Amino acid sequence: MLKKLLIVVVEPDPDRAQSIAEGLRGAGDHDIRIIAEQTALARRVAELRPDVVLIDIADPSRDILEELALASGPSERPVAMFVDRSDEQLTRSAIEAGISAYVVDGLRPDRLKPVIDAAIARFHMLQQLRAELAATRAALEDRKIVDRAKAVLMKARGIGEDEAYALLRKTAMDQGKRIGEIAQQLVTAAGLLGR
Amino acid sequence: MITLRLGYIPLIDAAPLIVAHELGFAAEEGLQLQLVRLGAWAQSRDLLGAGLIDAAHMLVPLPVGQALGLGPALPVLDLVMFLSHGGQAVAVSRAIEDQLRAVGHDFDFADARRAGLALRRVVAGRLRVGVPFMFSTQLELIHHWLSACGFTPSDLDIRTVPPPMMAGALAAAEIDAFCVGEPWASFAVEHGIAALLLPGTAIWSAPPEKGLVLRHDFVEDRPEQSGALMRAIWRASRWLDEPDHCGTAAEIISRKDYLDLPSELAERGLTGRLTILSDGETRDVPGFLAFNGGAASFPWKSVAALFAASIARQHGRAEAPAMQAAMARFRTDLYRQHLRPAGAALPGASLRVEGAIAEDRTVPAERGQMILRADGFFDGFTFEPPAGPASTN
Repeated sequence: MLKKLLIVVVEPDPDRAQSIAEGLRGAGDHDIRIIAEQTALARRVAELRPDVVLIDIADPSRDILEELALASGPSERPVAMFVDRSDEQLTRSAIEAGISAYVVDGLRPDRLKPVIDAAIARFHMLQQLRAELAATRAALEDRKIVDRAKAVLMKARGIGEDEAYALLRKTAMDQGKRIGEIAQQLVTAAGLLGR
Repeated sequence: MITLRLGYIPLIDAAPLIVAHELGFAAEEGLQLQLVRLGAWAQSRDLLGAGLIDAAHMLVPLPVGQALGLGPALPVLDLVMFLSHGGQAVAVSRAIEDQLRAVGHDFDFADARRAGLALRRVVAGRLRVGVPFMFSTQLELIHHWLSACGFTPSDLDIRTVPPPMMAGALAAAEIDAFCVGEPWASFAVEHGIAALLLPGTAIWSAPPEKGLVLRHDFVEDRPEQSGALMRAIWRASRWLDEPDHCGTAAEIISRKDYLDLPSELAERGLTGRLTILSDGETRDVPGFLAFNGGAASFPWKSVAALFAASIARQHGRAEAPAMQAAMARFRTDLYRQHLRPAGAALPGASLRVEGAIAEDRTVPAERGQMILRADGFFDGFTFEPPAGPASTN
């Protein structure tokens, strides 16, 4: 029987880390460890001697792992090598999903591929969640700023709420901009004018 | 309008890309730039290799490491111009600052030998130094400077620390010193964590820091777009070199979409007027950061060879083939082709003895004359590049 793969997930956000670990468990019986702390990251990873390290492609700590990928001398077991020595398509898919993987030299592709595929699927899901969250936040921000802009208009022009909103919407349409942008400009201008 | 996606790391030397976009230099060339803020140098390299960005603001030694086969197997990357020289500072912890004062060091922020020897006197064990990436001008500067001041390889522990984490690592005593690009050295001083010991230019007067890097197939298949991008950025860098523009530049690059830091912090590096100690003491460093003047943007093949030789030694590779491989990736031919029409001064040769110019010097150019920036090392080191197939153009 094959030895379990030791997979290290470097991820400071506990929810994301759990979600990634869960995705990986679906890909086989692996030993999964999560590192959330950036302090002494290189040493922690080196001590664990993982077969695979997974990390968000935009995580600044990646540059620390890059060093590990090269630090292994001829006498040492290579800590990690880049995944893409073997499979260019897999690398590309991983990069597009926003994931980077460091893989121990000599790990068989048939053992690696299911792990990377599962990680890619999970990162795609997380990417989508993140985009939805950002959209919700932006909508909420827009609503707040539109409320403030309405108040400015109501006070300055002595009009009602519905009329103020209609004015904002018409201006936005005329200028081909989002209503939130127009509202932001109005609130900024009102602030400058001390109103 | 052609849209190009440009990756950058939030540092003040990303200014040529940001200014090319914000002040319309790109639009004049028919380009719409989408600037993509990135978190790691490895991310920049990977996105560029995978074609998710078209060009990147990158550490000059990074494509050299890639050319030496020391990175992932990605498509070939070419460096077409330098974006900046200098902009780095060496910082030490407050504890080392006190020790240096105790042996009479006066923090002149200029004399690299005196600073290095003082450091040699006060450091007992290994000196742990943070650098932003293992292929970086910062690492090369630290290596060169401390080796010349009596530190042996076993006296040094050089570690990668991402720039935004540099101050934190120093505060947590994970490192004793660091060399980093602005604004992160000033940031550490501002938070009372570090004292600045030297500017990078005190070690090497013109250390090439960032370059514009594209995929080889992109520059070959899309010469018009590559040329337009190079000219837009070259004009932006010429605009940035005007001292009167520092304030505006600092304000633009500090915006929330870009560096998202107080513009006063960015202005320090752009003007070369740095606060070096937490008591507010400042030093003026002429030429601390240069973008364009003195042929700063010309991507000398001899610089490729110098970095390649050093990286090859550090990683146990043969130097001669490493130098040839790296020189082939510094595209002086494209620089000449695309920037000649913009009026850039072009040197007669594409490689030179590095470190040989003690003071700014006027030399013959392709047409007329041009001024070359002083590029001396503090210890008089010079580097003679090899001849060979990759050294022409």
